[in-house]
Formats: sequence, structure tokens, C-alpha cells
Amino acid sequence: MLDLRQYASLGAALKAALERWPNETCLIEADRDREKLRLTYSDFKEMARPLCRALEDADFKAGDRAAIIMTNQSKWLISAYSIFFSGGVLVPLDYKLTAAEHLQLLAHSKARFLVVEYYLWRAITQSPEFPKLTAEVVLVTEAPAGADLHGAFRWEEFKRKGDAQFVPRQREDTVCIVYSSGTGGRPKGCVLTHDNYLEQCAALTAWYPFSPGVRYLSILPTNHAIDFMVGFIGPFVCGACVVHLRTLRPEFVRDAFVRYRIAYVSLVPMVLKNLERGLRAKFDELKPRQRWALDRLIGLNKLVTRGKPRVGLSRRLLPQVHKAFGGQLRALIVGGAFSDPSTLQFFYDLGIPVTCGYGLTEACTAVTLNDLKPFRADTVGKPLPGTEVRVLNPDDDGIGEVAVRSRAVMSHYLDDPEQTAQTIVEGWLLTGDQGRFEEQGHLQLFGRKKNMIVTDGGKNIYPEDIEAAFDGLPVKEYCVFAANYLWPQRTLGNEMLALVVRLEPNQQFDDRLRDEIAARNRRLADFKRLGGYLVWEKDFPRTASLKIKRGELAEEIRAGVTLAGVVEI
Amino acid sequence: MSAPTIDHTLDEILNLAATHFKVPREKLSPDDDFFKTLGIDSLQALDLLTRLEHHFRIELPDYELQGVSDFRTLANRIQARL
Repeated sequence: MLDLRQYASLGAALKAALERWPNETCLIEADRDREKLRLTYSDFKEMARPLCRALEDADFKAGDRAAIIMTNQSKWLISAYSIFFSGGVLVPLDYKLTAAEHLQLLAHSKARFLVVEYYLWRAITQSPEFPKLTAEVVLVTEAPAGADLHGAFRWEEFKRKGDAQFVPRQREDTVCIVYSSGTGGRPKGCVLTHDNYLEQCAALTAWYPFSPGVRYLSILPTNHAIDFMVGFIGPFVCGACVVHLRTLRPEFVRDAFVRYRIAYVSLVPMVLKNLERGLRAKFDELKPRQRWALDRLIGLNKLVTRGKPRVGLSRRLLPQVHKAFGGQLRALIVGGAFSDPSTLQFFYDLGIPVTCGYGLTEACTAVTLNDLKPFRADTVGKPLPGTEVRVLNPDDDGIGEVAVRSRAVMSHYLDDPEQTAQTIVEGWLLTGDQGRFEEQGHLQLFGRKKNMIVTDGGKNIYPEDIEAAFDGLPVKEYCVFAANYLWPQRTLGNEMLALVVRLEPNQQFDDRLRDEIAARNRRLADFKRLGGYLVWEKDFPRTASLKIKRGELAEEIRAGVTLAGVVEI
Repeated sequence: MSAPTIDHTLDEILNLAATHFKVPREKLSPDDDFFKTLGIDSLQALDLLTRLEHHFRIELPDYELQGVSDFRTLANRIQARL
């Protein structure tokens, strides 16, 4: 891999990678079972060259911001590289947000340029908020012939002949603005520098190095901190290969493992659980004798991998299982949300190591990671090299708020000094997560101090952002909380949002109100929906300016009822 | 052969969902949130989409399911491609 210490910017490191491994494959793009594109590092450079030049001609300057809203595909990475080459700042936006949310974040980020897939652009142009679009130049990929692009350019035609001048940047310059959540009242744009990414990349590849020929399957969205690092920057600076699959259908994901002999993949717990379900169903179909033999072999594998993974041996012991994953799988990487330890153990027992980690966008990608020496299903691993982790104000069980200090911690929240000051205190990033260190130096997480949830799909949801969906609900007052904030759980597990309602005097909680809540809940994106409601018998405490005192209300609720009091919607 | 009506398409989707996820057909109605009624997650919804593709002999990109959670909207998306 490249020695990242010698590069001042992400653009410079990526440029060096394209020159270092011209004949290695860097990118494969497949849709279902059809391979659409295969690029070497040299091809990649050639595809980016005319775009870099066109950006230069369009007066795209050092420090200018460019947003990308796309699903995982080659044009995502080519565009991002061209932005870095041109000294720009990338704003990767979540393609799963609504058009109105995209417009809000585009305005907040002050992105001058936007690169967007046609179907997403179509939704943006159809939004009533479209006139508020702030981006000056829009590049649309894969637009059908004759489509009305509302003044945007076709990405495929946005190119100029000749070489652009590489624009150098310094380590402390901003390279990305990544939204960690919050499309509601207060977007949180994490401002990350070249130094943040290069340091983080060096730390991660020190434990899990890629190399030429190794393939990484990219199915988490590239806008997500994990895939951006592990499915783009990491493999590229090591000369490895990224495989993009433009569908998440489980049957095609399973095929891709085999077809492309995948070595690494990052997954959210939901997908891992799905893979587990599929395997268990297959095991259940076995005849009793076969099942007996499989269970014995799994038992033997558990024995030989107790101290450390022995992937080669596991492949020989359980060839059918490993063949189903292509026979080259080295590890599944799981992060972005709480994972069920029994699922992690299930895979490890089959000889498929699962690397479970903990990270947050504010800390670039990862803070801790399991090094598999030995495998642990019940922790999120040890701090990465160069990362200091402290547990603040621990209680009798050693549990307190997790704080992080490292060169990978973001510079600040974009245009929000108040939130920055609350989050980064004397150089320490306060994560809001509750954790403790066990004897071996592994971090264990126990719920959250912040009123937020991380979904099974790895999304951060702030209850305040959901409340607008209940505007005008016929009750006296209401408030949304994360159940894990009201009643911090001492185990890892599913998280839930709960609506707390205070009824008018003499009002009954009837079927009409229940239906109204359910109907409004359905209008929310599926990952933002409430799990339950709680009828509260007292007025909410409020500030002089009539804002709900959430902390105080949470304490009252905690003292008054338990999680069992929440009724499922 | 003329394209089936939207009502017909909707009916076929409901039948297929009921069979595939083993839910009594009479429990499903067009405006139901299928995540809730069928008790499925977004990956299982993609699985349903695959079944529907085979049934209607069309190809639906994943993004057609983005933001869709009720059978009627799903039927409209499918109808547009028949």
C-alpha cells in the first residue's frame, strides 16, 4: 500500500494510487447478474481526466463545494476523485432522503456543484421546493434521451479535452462535509479534513490491509462514512478492487460473493441478520444425518478457531458454507449500529470472521474495531492505533460517556459553533454513547446518553426531527423520545422511538386518536417510524419561552413508568 | 394483449404477497403499510419485489421501491412498466 504519510491531501494520495497500479482492476460495476463495467486504475484515471478538465473550465476552484447524490456506482467514485483532484470539498448526501431534504442540505452546505442520478434529479425537480435550489451547476448521470433536465448538464457530456492542473491542498484543509443526521431543524454537517481521512485510513489499513487483487463488495451507500473509507479510499490506496452492485436484492448479493470472489464486505446488522436467516433455513433443510455431520464440523471449527481465525482451515472443514460465499471471504465488517452478538458468533463459528466496530461520522469512520485476537462478539473492539478513548464520569459499573481524541476527529460542525462547542470539549469528542472498558481493553456499549437512535440500517435519527409529522395532532401536547434514552438498556439491541402524549382534560385515548397516530406514522419513511406511544398524565415541563424541557421530562417519565408502559403502534 | 387494469394488478400483488408471506388474503388491503401488515423489513420487501418481477415479467430497479410502503403505490409503479 501507499505510505500515506507522504501525501498532503486525499487527492494527492488517490492520484498516486492511479499511477502506482495502472494495470490492476480498481472497480467492477454490476447490475444484478450483468457486469456493466470493469476499470483498471489506468482506465479510471482516463475516465476522470475529461471531467477534471471540464471542472477547471467551469471555474471550479480550490475549496469549492460539490455534492454527490447517487447510489453506489462508478460515476460516484470518478466524480469524487475529480472533485478532490480539483481541490474541491465533497458533500456526499444520502440518496435515500426525500427531494425536500436534499434541497435543504444542498442549501445548508452551500454546494456550488451537484452530481446526481437522473431518477433522483427528477424527484428534486418535481419538488415544490425546487425553486430554492442553490447549486449553480448540476451534472445528471444516465438521463434518458430527450429528458427535460431543467438546466442541468449531462454528466456523460460534461467533458473537455486536455489535462487539468492538479490542485494541491494542505492536511488541515477541509475535504468533506458529511451530514451525520438531522434534516430536521438543525442539520449536522461534520467538517472533515484531509488529515482526518489520511490518518484514519492509515490506522484502519494497519489492522486490515488490502492489496492488489483483493476485492471488496460495496453495498453500504458510499455516502456513508464506512463505505466511503472501506469501499473507496482504503482499497484504492492499497491497489485493491471495489465491486459495486447496483441492487441490494439478497439473491444477487449472494451471487456477487461467488461471482467476484469477494474478500471483504461491510454490512449493516439488518443485512447480516438476513444472511444468517438464509443460512439457518438451508441448514434446517438438511437430512438428520447431514445435519448431525454439519453440527460436528461446526463444533470442530469452533475449537480450532478459539484463539484466532484460521480461515484456510475453516474453508477445508466447512467447504460448502465457504463456497456459498465465494471461497475467498476473509471477513465481514459490521458497524454503524448495534449488532446482535449471537449473529456475530453464528458467523464466526462457521469460520467467517466478523469484524465488529464502533464509529461515528464525527470521528471520520471508526473509533474502535475488533482485531480478532481473539474474536469477541460482545464488544466493539479496541481503540484504533492513534485513537484515545476515555469513559467519562463512570458509575459503579464503570459505565459512562465515551469520549474520543484522535487526528481523525472532525474539525467542527458546519456553521454551528454552539453545537460544536457542546460536542468537542477541550479536544475530546463527546459521543453521547454510554460504554465501559472490560479487562482486556475492549469497549462495550450500553445505550445512549443522547436522545437519538441508530437504526438497524445504520441511520441516525433524532426524535425532534420526527415531531413535525405529528403537527396538529388533537392532544394537549406531545413529544418524541428514543426509548433507549428514557430507559438506557444494559444490553445491545433494537432501538425504538416512542411518542409521549398528554391528553386534554377529559379527553380519552380512543380508537380515532390511535388511528390518527398510526396514519401519520405511516407517512414517515419506514426507518423513521415510531414503535409505540405512551399516555402521560402530567403537563410537560417547559422553559420560559415554552420549549419542552426534554431532559426534565425524560427524568419524570423514567421515574414514573418503565419501558413496558409503552404501547405498540 | 392489452395491459391489465390497475385494479387487476393490485389484486394480483395482494394475492402474491399473501401467499409468499403466509398472511390470510382478507387481512391485506390496498392502502396497508406492507412493512407493518406483513411484518417485514426493507430486505424482505426487496424479495417481494423480485417475486413481483417474475410474476409480471418486468424488471424494477431497487429505487422504484424507495419511499413506497403501501400496496397501491407499488401497484402504480408496476402498472407504469407493464
